[in-house]
Amino acid sequence: MAIAEAAGEQLARRRAPFPMRAFVRDPLAIIGSVIVLLLIVLAVLGPIIAPYPGARGTGQIDVPSAYLPPSLSHFFGTDELGRDVFSRVILGARPALVVSVLVVGFAMLIGVPLGAIAGYRRGRIDGLIMRTTDLFLAFPPLLLAMVIVAALGPGLEHAAIALIISWWPWYTRIARAVTVSLREQPFVDAARAIGVRDMTIIRRHIVPNSLSPLVVQATVDVGTVILAAGSLAFIGLGARPPQPDWGLMVADGRSVILDQWWVSTFPGLAIFVTVLAFNLVGDVLLRVLDPRHGR
Amino acid sequence: MTRFLAQRLGGSVIVLLGLSVITFLLARVVPSNAAAVFIGPRARPDDIARVTEQLGLNRPLPVQYVTYMSQMLTGDWGISIGTKRPVLGEILSRLPATLELIVAAMLIAIPLGLLLGIMSARRPGSISDVGVRVVTLIGVSLPAFFLGLILQLIFFRGLDLLPLAGRIDSDLRFTAPILPVTGFLTVDALLGLNAHGFLDVMWHLVLPALTLAAYPIGLIARMTRASMLETMSRDYVRTARAYGIGERRIHGRLALRNALLPVLTIIGLVLAYSLTGTFFVEVVFNWPGLGTLAVKSILNVDYPAIMGITLFGAAFYLLVNLVVDVLQAWLDPRIRLA
Amino acid sequence: MSGERARTGALPITAEQPTTGALPITAEQPTTGTLPSTAEQLIRAAAPTPVLEIRGLRLAFQGEERRTVALDGIDLVIAPGEAVGVVGETGCGKTVTGLAAMRLLPASARLTADVLQFDGRDLLTLDDGALRRIRGAEVAMIFQNPTSAFNPVFTIGAQMADVLAAHDRERGDAARERIRIVMASVGMPDVERVMRAYPHQLSGGMLQRAMIATALLCRPRLIIADEPTTALDVTIAAQILALLRRLQLDEGFSVMLITHDLGVVRRVCDRVAVLYAGRVVESATTEALFAAPQHPYTRGLLAAVPRTSASSGPLQTIPGSVPTDIGSITGCAFAPRCPVVQDRCRAEAPWLRDLEPARAAACHFPGVSVVSA
Repeated sequence: MAIAEAAGEQLARRRAPFPMRAFVRDPLAIIGSVIVLLLIVLAVLGPIIAPYPGARGTGQIDVPSAYLPPSLSHFFGTDELGRDVFSRVILGARPALVVSVLVVGFAMLIGVPLGAIAGYRRGRIDGLIMRTTDLFLAFPPLLLAMVIVAALGPGLEHAAIALIISWWPWYTRIARAVTVSLREQPFVDAARAIGVRDMTIIRRHIVPNSLSPLVVQATVDVGTVILAAGSLAFIGLGARPPQPDWGLMVADGRSVILDQWWVSTFPGLAIFVTVLAFNLVGDVLLRVLDPRHGR
Repeated sequence: MTRFLAQRLGGSVIVLLGLSVITFLLARVVPSNAAAVFIGPRARPDDIARVTEQLGLNRPLPVQYVTYMSQMLTGDWGISIGTKRPVLGEILSRLPATLELIVAAMLIAIPLGLLLGIMSARRPGSISDVGVRVVTLIGVSLPAFFLGLILQLIFFRGLDLLPLAGRIDSDLRFTAPILPVTGFLTVDALLGLNAHGFLDVMWHLVLPALTLAAYPIGLIARMTRASMLETMSRDYVRTARAYGIGERRIHGRLALRNALLPVLTIIGLVLAYSLTGTFFVEVVFNWPGLGTLAVKSILNVDYPAIMGITLFGAAFYLLVNLVVDVLQAWLDPRIRLA
Repeated sequence: MSGERARTGALPITAEQPTTGALPITAEQPTTGTLPSTAEQLIRAAAPTPVLEIRGLRLAFQGEERRTVALDGIDLVIAPGEAVGVVGETGCGKTVTGLAAMRLLPASARLTADVLQFDGRDLLTLDDGALRRIRGAEVAMIFQNPTSAFNPVFTIGAQMADVLAAHDRERGDAARERIRIVMASVGMPDVERVMRAYPHQLSGGMLQRAMIATALLCRPRLIIADEPTTALDVTIAAQILALLRRLQLDEGFSVMLITHDLGVVRRVCDRVAVLYAGRVVESATTEALFAAPQHPYTRGLLAAVPRTSASSGPLQTIPGSVPTDIGSITGCAFAPRCPVVQDRCRAEAPWLRDLEPARAAACHFPGVSVVSA
């Protein structure tokens, strides 16, 4: 049995090495990666870096300094409570990234195994899982999330749950498609012929080889979820005040957008730049990991 | 072909039923006390009991579901808690505004997206290609609500060129009123030969339509480019070159016909995106459509309205997908003549 | 030493090491390839211009990190009305030779040649417009997989009409008439239905006939057939080959038949060129090649063909495998697998030498079948 497992390991490890050189040479990839790294730094060191973090890490309230335009002491100006917008944007990096990574993580945790099982077993289980997936995917984007938040009540956690439920079907689909194509590969037949158990095959051979499209999707999705969470917050279904949520900040500044433009603009830019960065990285990953999508 | 159509139609109906079950469960099961929610914050115990009886909320769930569905089929979609008016009526009265916006956005996005995609695929790696790719990347990364605000800032406050919000200048109601025929203000203005009204409506459409179109343009352009590049590497393109057929004809006709097939799917996706996309655009531009109704209903936890809008939206999405699938099948001789 | 090729000598001058079944080797007269010797000029003046003349064709693909050599000096001449087979295993470069002859290679291809001429015209210096006018009209290619070679969303008739239109030939009704005639000449049943049909509605055999018909539309001087029967059933393949041969003899065009199947070559070709590792290792008339192969590789290929007689014995194979990195080979590329290899073979790469008129081999010891003690 050990020999069989070892042989199986050998076969599974035939993945191509990551083409680091091609990745590094692409200027867009560099820009995207730098921004992502910056984001991570901000998420980790937010409260320390922000000039006016405030007692609870949501921004120092200073009502007499409300609605100050951008200046040297307040790079992005101040909002209706006199809080430094620059600080709040920095502070907002952590909840944005944490929530989005958790959402994508859990969505994958639910979706990928389901998809792998569906693609591997085929037959009735496949039908059942894919019907359910199709059902969830039949909801217009974000509508399901909105309805769930409506049912659960507003709040960042509920929004996160709603997003996880909206997102897992995508991973099921991808995982299933990859599993189906991998299943036809000779090394899977070889492993089964030796007598390796189904779950082991899925775990040891199929999942590692299907990482490539999943990784690309996950990378882009981190950005997309930040966008979705921000959108939900904008219409009042996500984070609640006084959390430094970027979408919430845009909504807050909307009433004064025409004159005090900075209150909405900078948090909005933060969302935009973040999503752009993840899209860039995902785009380059796609080109690098899947040679069919050529230049 | 008809068998294909029947299958897809049947499948869509089943999916719609499934969606209705999910939505129903969310509306009835999740809140701890649906009746209390229905009445509002100052619900008293005997009120709750009365309403529970009245709405049939104490009957078994499957019975409730069947009652609800049969009511829907007869046109009774419930009464909105917020407006106290029939849900279906509310939806239908606001539908034209939303549709007009979506159509305007698609009329911009589809041609522009296709054009950009084809252009950038002609010479991969060139300046125009990189430029298009950057622009489309920005398009799919910009949050719709943010873009709307920025456009308002630039074109209303900054340049004073375009109106801030709404479908039409309120003054026009007196100076050059548009008689409502279809609900589509552009069409109605044309029908009434109301040039002033027509121009004003168009003017009001520009910013919201552009905002809504940004993401679709990006997506369509990227998919078209990818599809074109993939098609250009196919064997039959090599055959065409081997027989002396010119690059322009290969690119613009022989390859394009094949490349457009998957792009059609994307157009369906994009139309569906714009359904929820309008929610945000309408909020930003105070557009009196389904989007503002939906957001209001969700915030007020107006279940009848939420359910009605959700099912309506889902049905619309399914319909669009169905049409796209049929169109794709019809355009591809491999499926049409199977 | 490398890069020089012996010129066609008129007569054998000296005989070297006579061995079993060997032919005398002419004295080598290396030249740079650009200045033909007097003998060469005389011969050229007498013979008609070859339809295709390739000498010293080298091809490499420039990837992002690596440079892959595909052809390392191909010499090939096709006379008018002649059917020449280009034979070799997968990876020996035969397909790219055909593509190179039509200048159909991708942008990453780096192509050099001493001579690359079609009908006396230098293909290396022609501009895109001129090349486009030649492709499909004077030189036509038949591809291996007819199912994917046609555009799936256009009818066969439309695609063939496209070819006529691209070369300013017949249009409209005249085009349809011409297509009908050509289709009939390739033995296509139910011509009207086929013209209106889409590729997926036709069988592989019919599609290949349609492909041949397309090639014939503009009356080309040369047809390059790249593995035309590999994707077809055996019986259909036989029909297609017979058709090709008949058409060639009737219409008088030349054929470059690219294949790995020696049986195919035997039925259709007048002459054969055997390719190995990006070079021509033997060139002879079909009869002569099958009767007395001179290069060890050719012998191995012939021996490897399974025989159906009772006393056939075990299947013969050529041990080892085709080299992957052609650019870095020193000495004879076949040396690692050659049953009669000598030290000289590993050190010095043999070039294609004439053993007789119209017979050449790239081997230091042609015709040797046993290693001398």
